Amino acid sequence: MNRVKEILKKNTMLFILLIVALFFGWKTNGVLFDPQNVTNLIAQNGHVVILAVGMLLCILTGGNIDLSVGSVVAFIGAVAGKLMVTYKMNFGLVIVICLVLGILIGMWQGFWIAYIRIPSFIVTLAGMLLWRGVALIILDGLTISPFPDAFKMIFNSYIADTFGGSINVTCMLAAVLACLAYLFVFINGRRNRQKKGYAAEKLLPSAGKAGVICLVILLAAYRMAQFQGLPTILVILAAVVGVYTYYTSKTVGGRYLYAVGGNEKAAKMSGVNTNRVLFFAFTNMAFLSAVAALVCVARFNSAAPTAGKNYEMDAIASCYIGGASAYGGTGTVMGAVIGAVFMGLLNNGMSIMGVDSNWQQAIKGLVLLAAVAFDVISKKKSR
Amino acid sequence: MEMKGITKTFPGVKALDDVNLRVEEGGIHALVGENGAGKSTLMNILSGVYPYGSYEGEIIYEGERCEFQKIKDSERKGIVIIHQELALVPYMTIGENMFLGNERGSRYNVNWNATFTQAEELLETVGLSEPPQTLVKDIGVGKQQLVEIAKALAKDVKLLILDEPTASLNESDSRKLLDLLLTLKKKGMTSIIISHKLNEIAYVADKITVLRDGMTIETLDNEAHVIDEDQIIKGMVGRELTNRFPARENVAIGEVSMDIRNWTVHHPLAPERKVVDNVSMYVRRGEVVGISGLMGAGRTEFAMSIFGRSYGVNISGEMTLCGKKVKLTSVQQAIDNKLAYITEDRKGNGLILSNPIRVNTTLAKMDQVSRFGVIDKDKEFEIAETYKEKLRTKTPSVEQNVGNLSGGNQQKVLLGKWMFTEPDIMILDEPTRGIDVGAKYEIYSIINALAKEGKSIVMISSELPEILGMCDRIYIMNQGRFVGELDREEATQEKIMTLILKQGAKQ
Repeated sequence: MNRVKEILKKNTMLFILLIVALFFGWKTNGVLFDPQNVTNLIAQNGHVVILAVGMLLCILTGGNIDLSVGSVVAFIGAVAGKLMVTYKMNFGLVIVICLVLGILIGMWQGFWIAYIRIPSFIVTLAGMLLWRGVALIILDGLTISPFPDAFKMIFNSYIADTFGGSINVTCMLAAVLACLAYLFVFINGRRNRQKKGYAAEKLLPSAGKAGVICLVILLAAYRMAQFQGLPTILVILAAVVGVYTYYTSKTVGGRYLYAVGGNEKAAKMSGVNTNRVLFFAFTNMAFLSAVAALVCVARFNSAAPTAGKNYEMDAIASCYIGGASAYGGTGTVMGAVIGAVFMGLLNNGMSIMGVDSNWQQAIKGLVLLAAVAFDVISKKKSR
Repeated sequence: MEMKGITKTFPGVKALDDVNLRVEEGGIHALVGENGAGKSTLMNILSGVYPYGSYEGEIIYEGERCEFQKIKDSERKGIVIIHQELALVPYMTIGENMFLGNERGSRYNVNWNATFTQAEELLETVGLSEPPQTLVKDIGVGKQQLVEIAKALAKDVKLLILDEPTASLNESDSRKLLDLLLTLKKKGMTSIIISHKLNEIAYVADKITVLRDGMTIETLDNEAHVIDEDQIIKGMVGRELTNRFPARENVAIGEVSMDIRNWTVHHPLAPERKVVDNVSMYVRRGEVVGISGLMGAGRTEFAMSIFGRSYGVNISGEMTLCGKKVKLTSVQQAIDNKLAYITEDRKGNGLILSNPIRVNTTLAKMDQVSRFGVIDKDKEFEIAETYKEKLRTKTPSVEQNVGNLSGGNQQKVLLGKWMFTEPDIMILDEPTRGIDVGAKYEIYSIINALAKEGKSIVMISSELPEILGMCDRIYIMNQGRFVGELDREEATQEKIMTLILKQGAKQ
């Protein structure tokens, strides 16, 4: 019994996510888990996941948030539209320009935050107004479309199935490979630890966790294989999540993010260049905003000056739902992803159920508070 | 006013043990004692900061037994305490500050005219000619101290308690303040003053009570204003030295490893103020050198300014490490030059409480556990284990968050963290603050072992027995300066305290 409690406590949000998913599955008569809807869910929320990952790094450094995210998405989208659609520039070159532009925006904001020490809230609030304004200027208030197909192929299509058949074999194959890779890392890590004589985690719970993860991957892949197969956005997401999970948990740079957020003075007295850490977090945020911008323009097939409204709020909410501390120092990339999926599920589920959109807003607000409150209270009790 | 049999225990320590204090009406009573003797605790009990019931003993004030639950209760009786750190809101005016929590007019309609006219009157009483509309941040510390007193007067104070009121004041401001106390005394006010400056006490006090280790030692009369400083000093430090320190094996002391000449540091917020003033010192291999002094003497600031300029501005002076002149401008450089500074504030500046021991241990030397920026967690684990064993840190696992450990074990983690950087010179700032006797002994043993390995140890401590028991050589610091240097053989508690207090009196 105690062990069950322990597992529940460690993965509170995951279980809440599961309950909400089952609830909507039941209320929508299973439409939620339809092959097409699973694919939709991923496509609709890809940008939120990307932004949440970036936002997490900012929040880790001590509760700093970036409010300019939505405006940067609009601005980069506008640049992409202008260059690709109006000036017919090569789409590969445009992608590079957009990403570099994102980095430059991040460096600009990061400079004020990290080196001049203006609170991030203020700098990014200014950025929110600035980049939205620039987007409006570039687009002259109009929407640009359509984007070239080759560009959309990269961000908004499906990995071609080379085998044929009733279901998409490539998709299943990729899932199986992903599971095998995961299991390999898992088993290898355990064996390494045992070989060197460190106390490994208990076999049953960790193997159970690995099993559940593989099962979810395979089930999701099976659903998608019944539709059009593996969406390219999912590959991009997997890459982003993978890279940043690795960065935050395995590298010195990632360690410094947690150190600065956990106790900036102590980090400083340990020789950590805290300014540089802060600078990096915000530069990276704007870079990922640029990636999200490309994903968005490809999906909507247009660049609009109003794009990206409230994206920053979705990203921030995802991080907090995913267990990041508002004061910095704790939180994981996977948590932020779970938070993003949770938000997406809520939107998607309520839409299918036909809940009035005005009500959706209000319900979302309450559910968000309830989810975080539940997490906070359950953690308090354990102390 | 009388306090009888006051005993107050904090978890693990007895801060006050059967303390008796009698203060006569209309007099000035001085409280003296080392840091941690219990002076502030006693005054906090008197003013209701620690509520009735959290201590034993009784307070009798104006013939009545008092049971103060909160500060407001004692203020209603006319007892007001002015803490060492001033409690004024910098961006509010003098007048607003004086009546904060005691506003003129009604609850929903503050009467600003009354506020400022009354403020002006009270400011006149304390001899401060500043318009009450001035923002508090725009006046100096000396004047702020006067505002605090005026604020106390606004509450109809009968018994005023001042906790080191002159600690941050210069000579003339201090004198002004003391004269004000004498004037107020003539008007019938009683005051209790806590101070380390014996000359000031001799000047104003009628009676002097000496506290040591939470006990009243003696109360002296000072009607004639000529006190025997030696007697006070003896009372303050006259404890027996028990065998609380591990024996130091005869360590071979080698060549000079760090030499500092004419080191001067200015305050970062008030650059005209010198926090460290023309300090010179050296330390040799295998040597434990102590820096003794009271809180606020500038010891921590000195150490931090050496450690890659992590404190202060306009730092000047020369620094030689192992015969090589160096100029360290960042903490990273200091670490690279094999310098380590183990902070006095382990929770604030030293450790990341929300992270496990493993992460804390390696933080200052990440390049040892990583390749191309990728951390080898297994190696990290191994290193954390090594130091856990070596320092005998009590913890179920090195994956335990540091915040869950006791003070002594946290200190060991902090020590391990800096030992891992393989320093030649370690500056230990109050290494045993807030940890129990057993853990202290272990920390002392570790320090001795480090010295035996040939490391140079600089130990900053406010505890005289610790300094005497551990150090080969002792520098005495007061008000930013080194005021003496004693060898192990010649040093005694009395000598050190005399140097601190008398030197302070001269300035």
